[in-house]
Amino acid sequence: MTDLAFDVAHLLGALVLTLSFALLYQRRLTTAINVVAMQAATLAAAAAWQAVTRDSPHLFATAAIALIFKAAAVPLLLHWLIRRLNISGTVEPVFGVTLTMGLGVGITGLAILLVLPITAGETLLLREDLAFALAVTLIGPLLMIARRNAVIQVVGFMSMENGLILAAVGVKGMPLVVEASVAFSVMIATFIFGVFFFHIRERFDSLDVSRLEEMQGERHG
Amino acid sequence: MSGVDQWALIGVAQTTLLALAVGGCLTNRRPVLIVPLYALAGLACLITLIAALGALLTAAPDAASRLVLPVGLPDIRSHLRLDGLSALLLVIVNTGGVAACVFGIGYDAHAAQPARVLAPFPLFLAGMNLVPLADDAFTFLVGWELMSLASWLLVLADHEHADNRRAGLVYLSMAAFGALALLMAFGALAGASGSYTFDAMRAATPSPRIAALAALALVLGAGSKAGLAPLHVWLPLAHPAAPSHVSALMSGAMTKVALYALMRGLLELTGTPQWWWGGILAVIGGLTAALGALQSLTQNDTKTLLAYSTIENIGVITAALGLAIAFKASGQRLEAGLALTAALFHALNHALFKPLLFLGAGAVLHGTGTRALDRLGGLIHRLRWTTPLVLIGCLAIAAVPPLNGFASEWLVFQSVLDATSLAHWEMKFATPVVGALLALAAALAAASFVRFFGIAFLGRPRDAAAADASEVAPSMLAAMAGLATLCLAFGALPGVPLDPLMRVAATMVDATGAMDRLLLGQGEGRTAWLAVAPHGDVTAVYAGLIAALGLAALTGLTVGLVSLASGSRPRRGPAWDCGFPDPRPQTQYTAASMAQPLRRIFGSVALAARDRVDMPAAGDTRPATFTSTLRDPAWRYVFDPLTGLVGRAADRLNALQFLAIRVYLSLMFAALIGLLAIVAIVR
Repeated sequence: MTDLAFDVAHLLGALVLTLSFALLYQRRLTTAINVVAMQAATLAAAAAWQAVTRDSPHLFATAAIALIFKAAAVPLLLHWLIRRLNISGTVEPVFGVTLTMGLGVGITGLAILLVLPITAGETLLLREDLAFALAVTLIGPLLMIARRNAVIQVVGFMSMENGLILAAVGVKGMPLVVEASVAFSVMIATFIFGVFFFHIRERFDSLDVSRLEEMQGERHG
Repeated sequence: MSGVDQWALIGVAQTTLLALAVGGCLTNRRPVLIVPLYALAGLACLITLIAALGALLTAAPDAASRLVLPVGLPDIRSHLRLDGLSALLLVIVNTGGVAACVFGIGYDAHAAQPARVLAPFPLFLAGMNLVPLADDAFTFLVGWELMSLASWLLVLADHEHADNRRAGLVYLSMAAFGALALLMAFGALAGASGSYTFDAMRAATPSPRIAALAALALVLGAGSKAGLAPLHVWLPLAHPAAPSHVSALMSGAMTKVALYALMRGLLELTGTPQWWWGGILAVIGGLTAALGALQSLTQNDTKTLLAYSTIENIGVITAALGLAIAFKASGQRLEAGLALTAALFHALNHALFKPLLFLGAGAVLHGTGTRALDRLGGLIHRLRWTTPLVLIGCLAIAAVPPLNGFASEWLVFQSVLDATSLAHWEMKFATPVVGALLALAAALAAASFVRFFGIAFLGRPRDAAAADASEVAPSMLAAMAGLATLCLAFGALPGVPLDPLMRVAATMVDATGAMDRLLLGQGEGRTAWLAVAPHGDVTAVYAGLIAALGLAALTGLTVGLVSLASGSRPRRGPAWDCGFPDPRPQTQYTAASMAQPLRRIFGSVALAARDRVDMPAAGDTRPATFTSTLRDPAWRYVFDPLTGLVGRAADRLNALQFLAIRVYLSLMFAALIGLLAIVAIVR
């Protein structure tokens, strides 16, 4: 592998991770959606670059799926939902931004600590790619629990899935069907979340998921 | 008989049983099917019995016939194996099965919903037949669970009573716990390679720690089914709740299947046993025996009394098995063989006299409609045929020579005496204690059955139900008579069953060829079966036939002399008034009063037995009351605290059910990060 190929792949992987951090401090809903779309686009670029350098054309399909669905279709859908529900604005994080970012840095450190010793003997690109991917995958759920807003939870879910795909494109021989099925499941999940938005909005006039706790029925003990 | 024939016979019989379960579902609408269904089930048991007897008597001791069925999990299939021990278990299960089916013909004919019994009953038999044949963990557990679930349904056959529903719940939880423990044991034995066939487990040599863990799980799993203290609490609830012929099978056969799992597991599958496993098992067995006998003495319900007596006998067998393991671990093969032979013989004998007694209790229940000892009495006059058969069972279980119970308990005690030769000082201390506990249990059991027979069959009827009792159907009598005949025969000629049992035991403890000495004079042209001599010489010899003939001669002589002196015909006249001032039957000994001295001596400590007399003051017209309470120590010290703990924990954890989605996500995330951090740090 040439130095250029390595550098570009490394750059793109790091960019995906950086965008995850951008999501963590983002308070505006529309910007968060844009950031996750950018993350998906970067992921598509990473996949395409792997397809070129490794000469494995099926990764172009992965890149296309990421670009069409996750960088375009789902964000557009979410923007439409926000307009439709008229909920654009800012979302207050549960923890302070500093704490959230600190947790993100800790998770990234943990991911590197975990992945690098396991993958000793593999190529440097694969090892760092996997560490980035694990960090992105773990920051997704962190985002989901650090915000009360349901739209941000979808964004966190998509970001988590981006991390999975990033791991998949870094590993040789991962069949396309895995990526296709993951992408499909994200589509389904987005639709379910969409229906769910309408319902909680209709009932509570808010997308704050903490309102749902009132629906848990009678408490015991 | 060749191996193929045996498998064909067993296969046909077991398939028939499975098919009969379908037929059993129809009996609610077509009661006419009951008799043919029981007859066919009995026939299936008889066929299996013949095949198993053929394998037990003719095969070479260590020859095992195998069969791999193409059903079951992919790549694993079902491995079956018929060796001496499996054949013995099939003999035990199917002897009881034949008797229960014959008894069931008369017993179930008038039941309201016969399908509740007849649908699970053949499955129960098939499950008990599958377990000893299984040669891989999956087949074993399938058979085990079939046996457990079918018997659970049978316990719930009469589900209208709240007591039975509670028994079913306790039994089901205990069965689930036992199956889980067995699963753990097999998982530990299969190891990382995951080979679940018993052959692979026999070949593997697990590390001592894994072997000990597997042994512990086996004792918990199989012991809970067998009724080892303190896991016995379900047994006195569940065994009596089922119909009597099912109780007979549960006590006579299912507990033996559980002991089979213990024997197979501890002696074969866990590698070389450690001496302390045997020591612990022997002590548990001794405690179980004493506790069971003591509880049996205090019960008022005939079938509960018999269930506690089952616990006592399981304790005796387990103690002998524990000694066999300790001997095998110490390299004393001859003594190990003797102890295991004693365990197997007592298991076989218990599988004869306990079903006999349960069927007898069933006959009493059928004839009088009650199980309460305090309402019985004087049945000897009404149940003329049942009484002598039950008496034979009582004498056998009380270990009175020349019956079979004496022969096997005598062998167990010979093993206990042998245990002084064990090298470890812990065993030297423990075995006399075990011996004392077993002796106490034997004495208490004898007292218990004197009480059972005396209160139920002798004296005068305490209740109209007993006064109007009617003799039961011939088929029920035939079932009891067959078992009683075997009790007499095995008592008089213990060498006949001991010969194959000895060969089975010798194979299990690798003492083949060295075990001839158990039967006096074997190999020297003398009659082998006449006398049993565990030490090979005349230091301890039991000749059942001579004892039987001697006792018969003495009894005949006494009866002859008495009748000669007293005239030919018994006369009935008025009772002597000073000895018999009050003719009401309440003035007789009752079940509770007969047990009271022993209950006070032993029960006040062991069972927390308390007697409270509430005597009204002079002039007060309310009745005086006497209440006697006792509580099994297993409930007091193990299960009550345990259920309390589970209840409190459930109350606390209930809050977890009502958290916000985000908190659930946080918990999952924190758990994931925590685990990853552990991985990162530990490595």
